Amino acid sequence: MKKTQIVLLVLIIAAIAALISLMPKGGTDLMSSYETIASAKEKQGKFVHVVARLDKTKPVEYDAVKNPNYLSFTAVDSLGGTVKVVYKNAKPDNLEHSDRLVMKGKMQGDQFECNEILMKCPSKYTDDPKRIQQSLNNNTN
Amino acid sequence: MDYIGEHLLPGKIGHLLIIISFVASILATFSYYKSFRSIEPNDQWKWKKLARSAFIIDAVSVFAVFILLYSLIANHRYEYTYVYKNSGNDLEPKYIFSSIWSASEGSFLLWTIWHAILGLVMMKTTKKWEGPAMMVLSFAQVCLATMMLGIYVFGIKIGSSPFSLFREQMPDLPLFGYADYVSRIADGNGLNVLLQNYWMVIHPPVLFLGFASTVVPFSFAIGGLMTKNYGEWTKQALPWALFSAAVLGVGVMMGAAWAYESLSFGGYWAWDPVENASLVPWLVLVAGIHTILIYKHTGRSLRSSFYLIILSFILVLYSTFLTRSGILGETSVHSFADLGMNAQLYLFLYVFFWLPAILSSIGAKNQIIGFLSALTFLLLTNYIHPAFSLISLIAAFGLLIVNLGKIIPARQKEEAGSSREFWMFIGSIILFISSLIIIGQTSLPVFNKIFGTKHAPAQDVEFSYNRILIFIAFIIGILTAITQYLKYKETSSSVFFKKIAIPFVVSLIASGFIFSFGHINYDKYGMGFLISIWMAVASSVFAIIANFSYIWLGVKGSLKLSGPSVAHVGFGMMLLGILISSSKKETLSFNTSGIFVNFGEGSKENSGENLTLVKGLKTDMGKYWVTYESDSMHPKKAQWYYKLKFESKDGKEGFTLMPNAFINYKGNQGLMANPDAKHYWDHDIFAYITALPDPEKNTDTSSFHNKMVKVGDSIFYSKGYLILENVKTTDSLPVELFGNNGKLYEARLKVHSKTNSIYTSFPKLALAKGAEISVPDTIMSESLVVQLNKFDGKTAEIGMKESTSVLQYITLKTYKFPFIIVLWLGTIIMAIGLVISIVRRLQVNKIAD
Repeated sequence: MKKTQIVLLVLIIAAIAALISLMPKGGTDLMSSYETIASAKEKQGKFVHVVARLDKTKPVEYDAVKNPNYLSFTAVDSLGGTVKVVYKNAKPDNLEHSDRLVMKGKMQGDQFECNEILMKCPSKYTDDPKRIQQSLNNNTN
Repeated sequence: MDYIGEHLLPGKIGHLLIIISFVASILATFSYYKSFRSIEPNDQWKWKKLARSAFIIDAVSVFAVFILLYSLIANHRYEYTYVYKNSGNDLEPKYIFSSIWSASEGSFLLWTIWHAILGLVMMKTTKKWEGPAMMVLSFAQVCLATMMLGIYVFGIKIGSSPFSLFREQMPDLPLFGYADYVSRIADGNGLNVLLQNYWMVIHPPVLFLGFASTVVPFSFAIGGLMTKNYGEWTKQALPWALFSAAVLGVGVMMGAAWAYESLSFGGYWAWDPVENASLVPWLVLVAGIHTILIYKHTGRSLRSSFYLIILSFILVLYSTFLTRSGILGETSVHSFADLGMNAQLYLFLYVFFWLPAILSSIGAKNQIIGFLSALTFLLLTNYIHPAFSLISLIAAFGLLIVNLGKIIPARQKEEAGSSREFWMFIGSIILFISSLIIIGQTSLPVFNKIFGTKHAPAQDVEFSYNRILIFIAFIIGILTAITQYLKYKETSSSVFFKKIAIPFVVSLIASGFIFSFGHINYDKYGMGFLISIWMAVASSVFAIIANFSYIWLGVKGSLKLSGPSVAHVGFGMMLLGILISSSKKETLSFNTSGIFVNFGEGSKENSGENLTLVKGLKTDMGKYWVTYESDSMHPKKAQWYYKLKFESKDGKEGFTLMPNAFINYKGNQGLMANPDAKHYWDHDIFAYITALPDPEKNTDTSSFHNKMVKVGDSIFYSKGYLILENVKTTDSLPVELFGNNGKLYEARLKVHSKTNSIYTSFPKLALAKGAEISVPDTIMSESLVVQLNKFDGKTAEIGMKESTSVLQYITLKTYKFPFIIVLWLGTIIMAIGLVISIVRRLQVNKIAD
């Protein structure tokens, strides 16, 4: 590569970098972090990922007739931490059947306000014998 | 145990054919090597003949495997795991194809079939390049065949066969204790409902043809290294690279169309790792096409062409690794699950990463050193620390750079700043940088794995890409517009400015028009980002107009020379379509309903995107009135269709949408919704179901309250009141049904609700053969059931109950996407431009021969 090319390239990259730095930063950092419920509680208001599961002993509050954009439930993680989760969206239909939730959001006071929930369901493509057995029970006579 | 009713023969033949294809492709690789390394022309010919037969045997075998797998699925042979897991009795014939490529084994099969077809075409057309290029392709076939072998060597499983038997994979299931287990399996697990979509029949074959065809330019590049014919391979590779770019580009956009139609990614593009992994090889390939063109016209950029063409194929392998190793589990919901083949997938990638580095080394001694260092790094990665995989990658690419630096000397003279090649090269570098940015960010889970860190993706994943790539779009748009107006070597500035002036002014006017009437005011991320969008929109308009004009200003309307301009117009339209449709996407289903005021906490500050519709109740949704009119079920599947009537408030448009949802399909708990869309020329309206009543919770516990009333009396309920208007008595009734003295009473009640709606209800009471049969009437939107219990001619006993279980409702989201058609049209036009270029390049090559 030649001098002019290098100069030009550096200029372009510098220009892009400068412009990107002018972009709004709030909550758009390139990365966030995975937290436990306990450590998320210490980071009030910071956007984090929390991996937990639904606490099935507590009620799941969702009434589409009253408000289709309000879901609340209790999540518990592998370390035993529990937290009330609020998700202002329709209830993901397989919530009760998921075995793991990846929740993206932030702690506000003593509840976790969630922007997005990824459900990790017992996939039909894994070779989990329990899952296959269950599927077979449905399909055999 | 002797099992009854199994069909083992097709599976055995299939497995045998996979092994045959494995052995045949090894033989083809070796013989093709011999065919160009032998000194005697006679030997060369003999080896070539052997190699061709071996390759044809490989091709026939993989075709036969495909046909066998198809017939097993079509005949519902559930004794095979693959058939059980990926298909069911209810599949329409077209979805049998989707079943084949819905899981990892089948998609490897699809890939290897495309390789076989491409190989047969190359055998016919490549002449003296057949030996080296087909050797590389055959070697890729060897690697793909191992993925489907499904055999155990020293206790290690190699590959996963689509023909493995259910009872052998899971011998512990109690089902296999029965000799007649086959007849007990009545149905399969079914095809993932997301894949029961027509795009999923056509998108995977096209995408995989795109993936598979990147091996062809790669083969020529490696062939060039092996035969020390360092420049000439580009001539062979160019038409193939154009072909690959066209097919891969269309394939990726078909995936986007599927994502759009099924809304499973919330739009046509979500920067999901699976999408990124298929886009990045395309970007690098397009960069490679441009550097090859520079080489053809000026003799520069040969090394860059090597790097980019080699990298595009390696990135295809890397994306295979990403999507199939299960490593994306946390960041993408759309990747394949881990099949326990990660080591094998990694080796596949590893081999092709080191291959160019080793083969570019001069002399047997250096090649052996290269081979040994590849091996050392592999052992270090496995036994010491995974970080060595990254070091190995850098080492391999470093070795290739050093080797090519020795082979291909750098030019002394600089290119002029006014030359076309200079700006084309800058464009290629920008494309390459953008691919690095995308793949780097996508590889976050890989870095986590290597370094044991736990970084999570950004809060707003889409914006974390968009904020960078918006500038790339701007620069690429400008470069796309001006570069064709420059000449190779040097351009006189007066000619350039004279020619570019008209398109430039026209673009300014057109952009001004778009800004004043298009209302592009996407301010979610502030003014800075909005200005960037405007800049990028203007530059893509410039790209479209400048390239369109060039067809007349540059090549004087000659169709066969217009390929590049047409392709660039298409590309510009794609940019424009992406910018406009993304920045003007609207949610229509904001909860603005007058009835469902904000009950829950928090709903004030965040007017949600979901709206609940009660059956029969006309609901306010922004510009429209929407009514959930009725529902119906698919005759064979647990798939429900909901009929929604949309009427615009100005009364000018009205249409019906029928979104559907699979409910508890094949024992998969829950709801899988498919949207329905109304397509207009300039925008699309999508509606899809997000929630339905939970049938388990809807057990009816309320009971009737009875009231004695006369005509004209009113009864109150929680949401309003009813007035009994009259009771009609019919007594001339068929004797065979009602017996003697049969009577039918029909009460007429006016229901006045608090929301000022008025309904009429007709509960009935029949006296037949001495029995009293009451036929209640339900007012769905008021959750009210009314019943006529008794009537003595004057006073009626009316029963009433209010129960949420009678309430039938759906919750939905509705989106409006404008001008998406510009993106689809752009894709098609770009593909047409690339095809014109292929024809042109083939003609040029023919003349040169």
